[in-house]
Amino acid sequence: MTGAQHFRRIVWLWLISSVILTPIVVLVLAPGMPPGNGTVEAAGQVTDNTVLLGLATPVALGVLVYFLYACVAFRERDTSGVVLDGPPIRGNATIQFWWLVVTTGLVLFLAGFGSVELLSDGAGGGQGPNPIAAPAQAKGDPALQVQVIAQQWQFTYRWPAYGGVETQHLELPANSVIEFHVTSLDVIHSFWAYQLGVKADANPGEDNIAYVTTKYPLTFNIRCAELCGVWHGYMYDTGHVVPKSQFASWITAQRVKYAPATKSLPPYSKTYFPDPQRRGG
Amino acid sequence: MSSYGRRILWVTLATAIVCVAIGLYIGLYLTNVPGSQAATRGPAGVTNLYLGTVPAAELTDPHPTWVSYYVVNPTSTNWKHDTTFVLPANSLVHVTIYQFDGDSGLRNPFISQATGTVGGNFLLNGKPTVAIDPDSASHVFAIPAIGLSVPLEGVPDNAKNPCSNAPCPLSMDHETISFTFRTPAKGLYRWQCFVPCAAGFIQGFGGPMQTVGYMDGFIKVV
Repeated sequence: MTGAQHFRRIVWLWLISSVILTPIVVLVLAPGMPPGNGTVEAAGQVTDNTVLLGLATPVALGVLVYFLYACVAFRERDTSGVVLDGPPIRGNATIQFWWLVVTTGLVLFLAGFGSVELLSDGAGGGQGPNPIAAPAQAKGDPALQVQVIAQQWQFTYRWPAYGGVETQHLELPANSVIEFHVTSLDVIHSFWAYQLGVKADANPGEDNIAYVTTKYPLTFNIRCAELCGVWHGYMYDTGHVVPKSQFASWITAQRVKYAPATKSLPPYSKTYFPDPQRRGG
Repeated sequence: MSSYGRRILWVTLATAIVCVAIGLYIGLYLTNVPGSQAATRGPAGVTNLYLGTVPAAELTDPHPTWVSYYVVNPTSTNWKHDTTFVLPANSLVHVTIYQFDGDSGLRNPFISQATGTVGGNFLLNGKPTVAIDPDSASHVFAIPAIGLSVPLEGVPDNAKNPCSNAPCPLSMDHETISFTFRTPAKGLYRWQCFVPCAAGFIQGFGGPMQTVGYMDGFIKVV
């Protein structure tokens, strides 16, 4: 069999396996990918992962098909003699051309797609103190500001719209745009609210803003995603998205509960580091 | 034996020694955990846990300059340097902390309020207290997983008879903090201090704050 015939067989095998498996991966596997559909941003990340997986599947199949085909078709059949290497392939301009075209096209498409997705609503990521991408809803209705304060080793949450009260746990109203202001009082942490699709680094002395648009009530896990010391693995919390009326009751109760501590809090600020230093330093 | 054979032998021997050394290092690290102390059960079914906080550990401690918690015998200076406390599940535990250290100040004033205790408060030298001045905090006893957090007032700077190293007799200047909390279900929970109290370390958060056995540990709920 000639090289051209082998090539045609490989291409056919690749095409057939891609036509069968890519829709299965995209339609069956991808919808269950993290982080779920709990918020607009999380759902957007599932879409992004679906596109990436849909493009990666034929590429991976191309490698696998060629590998398996080579193992079968190009194996050494004569075991009595010396095993020799095959003839080198050099200077096939057609293959080189299409290789460059396809891979460049894929990379450029993904770069453009990723940029568009990122700029549409921020994709739940920390954007620093001057975010350039906010959810469309935030432009009409002011977002609810929540300051996430990381410290070794727990997150606390401050609410400038509710008298600057600080709380031990996080509850959010459903169907709302939330504007997280993530900062740290000591070392670098990372606020990762998995089911919300939010992940933003908490840097001392920095205000890192991330947006999320909640949909329906759900429970979400919060973890620190930056190795931050001996209890990093224990730095977690459980948050809840609740109906707006329930949130209103909750935040009112928190203001009463934490009234003594609120008196001692400094005025709301984007950052607090590094006061007080005192004994440390 | 040929020189090649000798070389192989030496390389094999050296590799074996290095592997054994690494294995010992990892094994000792994994098995070298602080001991634990069981709290005492009182007559009314309430468990009592007596703790102490000192500016510096015992002079015989590997880190005699490190601030530390201790399990305290209130009637003697027979203290135990353990920070894993064994407590019964779903029970009331009455904690008394004899606090001998000066203030360091809280980085987050929010933690100056007690949370998770029975009644939402604690006794500071016998006086019911909900929150203290954040700048006067010396330490915190907190179990974040169950929302328990109690700030510990520091001994004033002008104390006449301060204690430096453990164990400290109760005749020396100290603050007494007591509170009651309900233990959760069986399991292992970490506790920690939230005051950056590690003198001499960057931002006060190194050394004893990062080492189980000093300013943090576990409660083993059984």
